[in-house]
Amino acid sequence: MKTKKTDISSLKPGSLRYVWRKLLKNKSAVFGLLVIALLMILSLLSPFICRYDYRSMDALHTYATPTADHLLGTDELGRDILSRVLYGARYTFIIGILSTAIAAVLGIAMGAAAGYFGGKVDSILMRFLDIFQSFPMLILAMAFCAVFGTGIDKCILALGISNISGFARLMRANILRIRNMEYVEAATSIGCPTRRIITSHVIPNAISPIIVEIAMGISRNGLASSSLSFLGLGVQQPTPEWGAMLSSARSYIRYYPHMAIIPGIFILITVLSFNLIGDAVRDILDPTLKE
Amino acid sequence: MGRYVLKRLLILIPTLIAVTIIVFTLMNFVPGDPVMIALGAGTHTPAEIEAKRIAMGLDRPFLVRLAEYLKGVFLHFNFGTSLIDGTSIQYQLITRFPNTLKIAIYSIIFTVVIGIPLGVFCAQHANSVGDRIALVVTLVLDSMPSFWLALLLMLLFALQLHWLPSTGSGSFKYFILPTLANSLGGLAGFTRQVRASMLEVTRSDFVTTARSKGISERKVIYGHALPNALIPILTLVGMRFGGMLGGATVIEVIFSIPGIGQLLVNGINNRDSTVVTGGIVFIALTFSLIMLLTDLAYALVDPRIKAQYTTKKKKSGEEDRHHHGGRHGEAEAT
Repeated sequence: MKTKKTDISSLKPGSLRYVWRKLLKNKSAVFGLLVIALLMILSLLSPFICRYDYRSMDALHTYATPTADHLLGTDELGRDILSRVLYGARYTFIIGILSTAIAAVLGIAMGAAAGYFGGKVDSILMRFLDIFQSFPMLILAMAFCAVFGTGIDKCILALGISNISGFARLMRANILRIRNMEYVEAATSIGCPTRRIITSHVIPNAISPIIVEIAMGISRNGLASSSLSFLGLGVQQPTPEWGAMLSSARSYIRYYPHMAIIPGIFILITVLSFNLIGDAVRDILDPTLKE
Repeated sequence: MGRYVLKRLLILIPTLIAVTIIVFTLMNFVPGDPVMIALGAGTHTPAEIEAKRIAMGLDRPFLVRLAEYLKGVFLHFNFGTSLIDGTSIQYQLITRFPNTLKIAIYSIIFTVVIGIPLGVFCAQHANSVGDRIALVVTLVLDSMPSFWLALLLMLLFALQLHWLPSTGSGSFKYFILPTLANSLGGLAGFTRQVRASMLEVTRSDFVTTARSKGISERKVIYGHALPNALIPILTLVGMRFGGMLGGATVIEVIFSIPGIGQLLVNGINNRDSTVVTGGIVFIALTFSLIMLLTDLAYALVDPRIKAQYTTKKKKSGEEDRHHHGGRHGEAEAT
């Protein structure tokens, strides 16, 4: 089983390996994965492959529209937009992935505890999460940004905390759903030890919906981070975060719209790719859609 | 039904008080001394600063201030005054709220009027060319940051074509672009939900029964399938509406519309912590209220939800599991 390819029908539906194998057969998901991989690689290599440094200014070539020299033009300080956009991809990925990781780890722990222990623990945790759910997500993130201040690390923390309740509720519903399933009852009735039920029945079945939520969470948080930066609450100038780039380009939109259009296209492509992957995973995991 | 409403209200009130306590406490940790912010730039003698601190009531213990704030908000709807210009926050909220409300109402009307027919069309012609095109367009719109869409719309319709004003608020035409920018992204997800919900309902037995009775296809779709497909959509509409009441922040900032979101962003950027607290608490109040109304409407159309609350306790993940295994699990969980 190490490296040898196993037949897909022998894999448990819902297991990670099954999802991955199915994902590679889905065209739009493969497209999403390729785009994200390409953007990540280009972002890492951008200091070496781009002709201009993302910080270097050029007073003679400000507001340049796309030319052979500057493929995507330059901004108000004559900085090359291609270099900035490619370098800036890392911020969207880092913020999206790390904030989702924080939310997922804390949310899953809370949701699992609530679902597993039930009773008082459940009520207290759920009432606590009700408080979080009294706000739209972006408002909650803005509130935390106001308290923490601006910067990449603070933006990650603010978005991470704001997203805990979604994961917690999902995990709790999962646990409650699974522990009522016939197969758990069947396993219990034939004397399967609790430890084994948890490892081979509950966890594999609970983890799949979480994967969908993680893919969607990364795109949502990437989008939210650019919104926060756009409002001046997240990542600040002169960091080439896409939202921050758009925010400063806003003043010049009348005469130099390319400065605002380009970072937006990159946000769109990235979010779209994550959404395609998320949609594909959801379809794979939804047994009602199988023909 | 009365008992259900009462129960929901009994949960809502302590939650809102807890929200206010948490926001007030959090904002106490916002960097910057409120006294210095209220005094503004320039040099101030320690005596001046101390006098201002006492005048603002900040010399008193935290708990006393918190209790006073809670009393103000919940009994008198009084949110204090702005640190920067000393204006009443209550006045700010009341004068700004209609603008936010307008964007939210126009957006939700636009979403529903376009989204439901489009979703029904896509479901009826599932996997046709039209459906595919709608799917791609909605996916792209869904992934677009609303502030970018707002800038593009402004660029095209205001700055290039001069059809509509680019910023400000006033007559209806000022709200057209903000409404579009605010709802096109959400419209995409909404249409896909209507489509999915319609597809699910048209596969169910009662639709087959209706068809086999020889009822016209039009009546089957609009009389039988659609009302049932709309039940889950109702929650979505409520959530979107609630979200828009506080969530049109970015749009308000771009189009310079004096609404609640703009107040909040200005407050954060000016470190005006009293305005930020007031804005956030106000958003939580309206958002929770809308969510409550949504849930009540949902219970009204779907008796299963109501039954969850009125029959004893426990709402497990699913409401329609009544076989032995389900009960057993629930008993354990409580």
